[in-house]
Amino acid sequence: MIADRAKPFVLPLVLVAAAEIAARASHLQSDTLAAPSEIAVALAASAVDGSLLVATRDTLLSAFAGLLIGAAIGLGAGLALGLVDILDRALEVTIEAIRPIPSVALLPIALIALGFGYRMEIAIVAFACVWPVLIFTRAAVRDVEPRLSEVARALRLTPWAKATKIVVPAALPRIFVAFRLAAGIALIVAVTVEIAVNPLGLGAAIMTAQQSLRPALMLALLVWIGLVGFALNAALVLAQRRLFGRFAPVEEPR
Amino acid sequence: MTAAVVVWRLISLAVAVAFVGLWQVVANAKLVSPVFLPGPDRAWAALVRGFAGGELWAKLVGTLQHMALGWLLASVVGIALGALIGSSRAMRAYVAPTLEFLRPLPASAVIPVAIALFGLTEAMALCVIAFGSIWPLLLATIHGFAAVEPRLYEVARALGLSRAAVIFKIALPSASPDIVAGMRLSLTVALILSVVCEMLAGLDGLGHWVLLSARAFRSADLFAGVILLGAIGYLTAQGMTAAERYVLKWRGQGH
Repeated sequence: MIADRAKPFVLPLVLVAAAEIAARASHLQSDTLAAPSEIAVALAASAVDGSLLVATRDTLLSAFAGLLIGAAIGLGAGLALGLVDILDRALEVTIEAIRPIPSVALLPIALIALGFGYRMEIAIVAFACVWPVLIFTRAAVRDVEPRLSEVARALRLTPWAKATKIVVPAALPRIFVAFRLAAGIALIVAVTVEIAVNPLGLGAAIMTAQQSLRPALMLALLVWIGLVGFALNAALVLAQRRLFGRFAPVEEPR
Repeated sequence: MTAAVVVWRLISLAVAVAFVGLWQVVANAKLVSPVFLPGPDRAWAALVRGFAGGELWAKLVGTLQHMALGWLLASVVGIALGALIGSSRAMRAYVAPTLEFLRPLPASAVIPVAIALFGLTEAMALCVIAFGSIWPLLLATIHGFAAVEPRLYEVARALGLSRAAVIFKIALPSASPDIVAGMRLSLTVALILSVVCEMLAGLDGLGHWVLLSARAFRSADLFAGVILLGAIGYLTAQGMTAAERYVLKWRGQGH
């Protein structure tokens, strides 16, 4: 009988061991695959020579900068739309026309307008991050307990005071969920932009490793990108529990 | 639909038209260089010209094909695997954590690996699109199967239903809201990955079209492509909503 806590680790360990044995037994010499031990060595080597850290820094820098800009725009617009009904109804068609544009479709526009580098990547990440934050914030603001609005009226709060003292605190747990989802999207979009065109960060590094036929390094970078994504998500889930405890919405709205 | 809704819809439409007008004014006054920002008139002309010459049609069909094939493959495999994993407690304990670990992995990061395996081919695009769009669907299906009301299984046992009957008569209908929601997310991912694969591998499609237009500084063609991609995103999402309402109609009654 295997203890419950060990169960999640059985499958990955078996797969890694099987891959290692298969690679050793077949004396693997390939441009596309590598043994797990070689991948580990390549990961360690690229961590030691610093290239991994530089690439990670570039990717995270673009992702976070885009996330902050996009989330700020989404938060402001979401608050405005949630609080002012007229604005929400008047802008409905405009928003529904722009929102379905896939973020990567803007890549060529950003490319000719901003050129290669951080700026175009940040712009695309920001565009992608606006929507989840905007939609969640708008919904959260609308669902604020109506009695709190009555309190605001009874206290004769100004609209600004009502927004900052009542609406935002009440809606904050759900807004944070949106921020967490947007952070995941930011990393995905940043890596995607780097893989597609931008010679920067982890995405470009993994493309270069593929083109120079270094499968161990390529797969090592894939593993590393997975780890970064997992760590980012885990950290934000933890932060959500710490900050909001039982007020944190568990369910992810769709 | 009440009169108020229609009026607001019209006002909202007028606001959108006003924004397009503003875009035209900005473009006409050359506040932004026409190299980056063509007016809506030029973008529209490029759209009409592209369709008249048949070129844009081919690209549009190419992208729709990539997206649909990858999405269908992901749907079939995702629902089957999800049903298999979700309906067994042991499978869930052993496999689900690994899947949860893999979920945050940006799907585009497997593109280099797929290129190394398949080259710059349609097969590569199909694999990447299917791999990327399977996650939301797979996890939603597992969740849907895991969350089936246990008493329904007791009913099935009392009735002596076979395993296949349990899956098709009880588990699948019960999990269908989760599955449909997963399919909606998958569709969005499939469109994004189609565009990326077309850009990278030079496959026939709108992704390749917009990138080439950008490289040649034909901004009107570029905007025509982006508008079409937005239209695809909008229409597929609307289609999914309609399908969702149709498939889940029975749930509205008596639940």
